[in-house]
Amino acid sequence: MSATPETAPASPGAGGGALLEVDGLRVGFATEDGRVQAVDGVDFRLEPGEVLAIVGESGSGKSVTAQTLIGLTRSPNSHIEGSVRLRGEELTALSESQLQKVRGTQIAMIFQDPMTSMNPVYTVGSQVIEAIRAHDTSAGKKEARARAVELLESVGIPDADRRVDAYPHEFSGGMRQRAMIAMGLALEPSVLIADEPTTALDVTIQAQILDLIQELNRSRGLATILITHDLGVVAEVADRVLVMYGGKVVERGTLDDIFYDPQHPYTWGLLGSLTRLDQPRPHRLPQISGAPPSLLHLPTGCAFRPRCPHEFGKCTEVPGLEARLPDDPNHRDRCWLTPEQKRKRREVEGRIGLEEPR
Amino acid sequence: MSDAAMTGDAGGALLEVSDLVKHFPIKSGLLFDREVDQVRAVDGISFSVRKGETLGLVGESGSGKSTACRAVLQLLKPTSGSVKFEGREIAGLGRRELRPLRREMQMIFQDPYASLNPRKRVGQIVGDQLKIQKVASGKELRTRVEGLLDRVGLSPEHYNRFPHEFSGGQRQRIGIARALALEPKLVFCDEPVSALDVSIQAQIVNLLDDLQDEMGLTYVFVAHDIGVVRHISDRIAVMNRGKIVETGDADQVCEHPRDAYTKKLLAAVPIADPRESAARRAERTAAG
Repeated sequence: MSATPETAPASPGAGGGALLEVDGLRVGFATEDGRVQAVDGVDFRLEPGEVLAIVGESGSGKSVTAQTLIGLTRSPNSHIEGSVRLRGEELTALSESQLQKVRGTQIAMIFQDPMTSMNPVYTVGSQVIEAIRAHDTSAGKKEARARAVELLESVGIPDADRRVDAYPHEFSGGMRQRAMIAMGLALEPSVLIADEPTTALDVTIQAQILDLIQELNRSRGLATILITHDLGVVAEVADRVLVMYGGKVVERGTLDDIFYDPQHPYTWGLLGSLTRLDQPRPHRLPQISGAPPSLLHLPTGCAFRPRCPHEFGKCTEVPGLEARLPDDPNHRDRCWLTPEQKRKRREVEGRIGLEEPR
Repeated sequence: MSDAAMTGDAGGALLEVSDLVKHFPIKSGLLFDREVDQVRAVDGISFSVRKGETLGLVGESGSGKSTACRAVLQLLKPTSGSVKFEGREIAGLGRRELRPLRREMQMIFQDPYASLNPRKRVGQIVGDQLKIQKVASGKELRTRVEGLLDRVGLSPEHYNRFPHEFSGGQRQRIGIARALALEPKLVFCDEPVSALDVSIQAQIVNLLDDLQDEMGLTYVFVAHDIGVVRHISDRIAVMNRGKIVETGDADQVCEHPRDAYTKKLLAAVPIADPRESAARRAERTAAG
């Protein structure tokens, strides 16, 4: 709330003046069937100009984590613990109206489905203008409109001057997602949260949107949190990666750590289940068997244990998120296997994957 | 993916589609609708599917691939063209004549949330057509349905559950059990995995592979994700704007594409290798 250290420290994770700091975040929901711990201890730091990917299956807690950052999970039946600091300011302590100011001006969020996240009865332009004027009351109508056109142009919408008066249904899926991004950027936030921004789009459009996110990220120093279940998308844009499973972070590291030296069997499974055009096709995709656990009945010990072919006695104890590689303190995982065992066991048919269950 | 050798000797085409056209009229006028234009959703496509093989049909939304499927299955009446199933012309057949053919050709749909009736129990969803086609009833029906559930990786106890009790991947298994209930020869899979998590996609793709081997099925696999299509298909046909722009062996099409559109499609697929995708991105930005 007072002095805001703007300068980005050279080493991420060193503590101190990160743009966004999340510590011990836990989100629980009271349901009819009992308490669901959707997020169970997530920590990360985000620097300006950085893209952090949060990866996991449905129900892993990745979206709840993102929504909690901007207070979207606040409700009488939710229980939020831990700390979310934006430039040192504690967001979890803010009132709803104070939080309203943070949303949009400092943190913006875009969603998976560009078809349903816009109001069909207003023009795209009026929705962008509304966003601008809601926060900047000094902006006149004309001025706001000019800004809207400029924004639509900056996200690559052709003929923005005319398009600003079009309705959402006149836009294609990719254009709608561009317009959503434009809306998100209207107030020049420093953090963009993108929740599965390309899942509903064709691959060619997906590539364009990912290029756009990366370009904004580079040119404006926009810090981005990308939520996705697709490691292919992660490889295209992310700098660092959190892999989530059953509400917990099971592995975190740089992009290269996760793709070239993954430590957690769940990460191997995610990598293995991708169809790769750059590799000869395997006879069978090394799949992760079973389904993600119900958060109501999480297994004791490691949550991935029931689906893991490498499970052994020790796995009944919950492994901590620790650096297990001697030379890499920032690459952490929750798996009891030794690095040596991991290196051996992650090879399936000449690529990284999860073995068939025995 | 069945072995190429196996499909090679099977010989005859199970399905032969030639010059299939499906145009939708755009009408206008107050009292009398006048046709002012047409949407050429499927604009003269030809392909054949051999017994036991998987043909991948790939293209973006709006390319006409789903319409093509429905026109082949006679769920939409084709504007013109011929569809031969086991050598017999089926385009233009009436409802009653088509009914026995419905047993031979089935479909698996994209959205496992929308394609299952929420008010019916799983047993009914899978078993209804066995009843309608008078294949089985009573106790035998139940045994068969339970057998099917087991075969697609669900448990027989799921018989009395409702669709909402299942995850997306499990629902897709129910859809597969329904499609296979009548032991069809040809199964159209319309984007069967695109609504699922990547990890669950692999399970479903592997399941379809196993079932093909066990039951000698022939698939037409429709998807926009050319990576998945290449994995499961023996041959691939690429569709763009209602036309097939390239056909060939799956690996051939993906490794040595000839058509410009195929190249564009391939270049857009994310590669799960950060170094390679960074190199490719640099290339893409340099090219503008």
